[in-house]
Amino acid sequence: MQVGLTALAAGILLLLAYFFIRLIGESTDALSKFGLSFVFGNDWDVSRLTFHGAPLLFGTIVTSVIALIIGVPIAVATALFLTELCPRRARGPLSMLVDLLAAVPSVVYGLWGVFVLIPRLLPAEKWVASTFSFIPFIGGQVSGPNYFIAGLILAIMILPIVSAISREVIATVPSEHKEAALALGATRWEMIRMSVLPYARPGITGGAMLGLGRAIGETIAVVLVIGDAPVIGHSIFSQGYSLAAVIANEFGEAAATPIHSSALFAAGLVLFVLTLIVNIFARWFVARGLRNQRDNDATGVTVAAEPAGDAA
Amino acid sequence: MSEIGQTTIPPISGRRRRTDSTMRGLLLLATLIALVPLVLVIYYLLYKGLSSWSSSFFTTDPNGEFFGNPGGVRSAILGTLEIVALATLISVPIGIGVALYLTEYGKQSWFANLVRYFIDVMTGVPSIVFGLFIYIVLVLGKVGGTGFAGWKGSVALALLMLPIVTRSSEVVLLLVPGSLREAALALGAPRWRVVTRIVLPTARTGLVTGSLLAIARGMGETAPLLFTTAGAFAVTANLNQQMNALPLQIYNDILSPRAVVVSRAWGAALTLVALVLILNLVARAVSRRSSMA
Repeated sequence: MQVGLTALAAGILLLLAYFFIRLIGESTDALSKFGLSFVFGNDWDVSRLTFHGAPLLFGTIVTSVIALIIGVPIAVATALFLTELCPRRARGPLSMLVDLLAAVPSVVYGLWGVFVLIPRLLPAEKWVASTFSFIPFIGGQVSGPNYFIAGLILAIMILPIVSAISREVIATVPSEHKEAALALGATRWEMIRMSVLPYARPGITGGAMLGLGRAIGETIAVVLVIGDAPVIGHSIFSQGYSLAAVIANEFGEAAATPIHSSALFAAGLVLFVLTLIVNIFARWFVARGLRNQRDNDATGVTVAAEPAGDAA
Repeated sequence: MSEIGQTTIPPISGRRRRTDSTMRGLLLLATLIALVPLVLVIYYLLYKGLSSWSSSFFTTDPNGEFFGNPGGVRSAILGTLEIVALATLISVPIGIGVALYLTEYGKQSWFANLVRYFIDVMTGVPSIVFGLFIYIVLVLGKVGGTGFAGWKGSVALALLMLPIVTRSSEVVLLLVPGSLREAALALGAPRWRVVTRIVLPTARTGLVTGSLLAIARGMGETAPLLFTTAGAFAVTANLNQQMNALPLQIYNDILSPRAVVVSRAWGAALTLVALVLILNLVARAVSRRSSMA
């Protein structure tokens, strides 16, 4: 049984490695033809079989950043409210409702985005674009599907995971730290700002990065609401494209053209490597948070032990 | 000491009190804002989806005709159930097996930590990339005689569900008290019997919860199926052919210009969300009944 289970675990690792090598193999045609300009060139034109993916990378980054800007503060605030302020009886049901946001499939968010969010938000977006047109990347033409709508939906989708990890991390803040702040006369908010947030910061950062990884890789909800135009938009209300969206959208037509499908595989490879890097950093942050925690616990013990030693 | 006791604590200044209540209000407001999308999505699903639910909605297959009745979602529901059932059969035993390796044998060895790390990495891999993997390996290679096939979708979903099963199982298996294992070992039971007769039964409810959550996650995924099972009008129960599934049906219907077809998308979405929510609630109910959670 030991041998069997070890082989099973090793098999999973080998399978992952094999998949990765095959993906690289399928991408080489496009990558060797376009080289570095596959990632940095701004010209994605299927009819001329020119595949320079900067518009896709740009769209992926812009929508993910919008998602983080909207989603992370709300997620962290939710986590703080649920762990520090909420009445005990409401905590369970409220946490469950926030978690249920993650249970809604992405295609359903896409459906809702297309038929509810896009038409309902268009007047507000137009008002913002004309009123605040002096701010860079805000003014100009507003199209129905755009970066902002995609970012907003991504914010909703990453909210539960960022909130869940933040809640977990905040729950590990030692109550001595919080009680110390309160005993010094701090208000609840000052206690949160001075004891809870500094302690939980690395973990929250890690959670936000895991959310970023989610946002970068999300496909179906984005492909439906980003407009699928392979250009670098002038404002957050312009149409665009993303790495994941281009694969889902052009996959069918590309099957007949080897260089086109190779370019889509290469886009998948870039996406994979990007999420891999983000996830590795996220794990590193979370691990560092946990190590800090252990160190703090250790110093806490020695500090508590010292006066006793002096007295003896 | 007596000096400290005599000083009176000054009252909290108005500015600090105002900051405190403002920030508390903002945190409450943010929590309410976070719930707005959930309420809105469910409201619109009921408002637009319920009207398309009818007996024929569940008993007829979708047809590709441009006029007239577009048909229901029977094949999509059957496809989703079949594909997810096979994915569960693949991912749950393997996932729990890997978790058993990590808790019972590998523990903190370098190889176990490596496996743990890559399982964590797997949870962060976008679902579309799993779809591409299976497309390259199984669909392009025409494994099993056909290109797109239902069972290939199951494999892609299984890859996605595996790390979820493993991580939740590992947490539950670690909760099984070491004294139980030691007692069994002391009575002379071999390691494999300890695992099958003591560890697994003790952790059963927790393992079920993790698996149900993984199934709920797999059920709603569209992107991996797009590259592996394809075919929105394929009316078949044969896992070796192109199959329909609820997420695929919704995705295709959204792009249609016809109002009846879009309304079918809402009905299918309501069906899918109902299935996923029921699985989630069952999982929570199971974990609440468990003595260990």
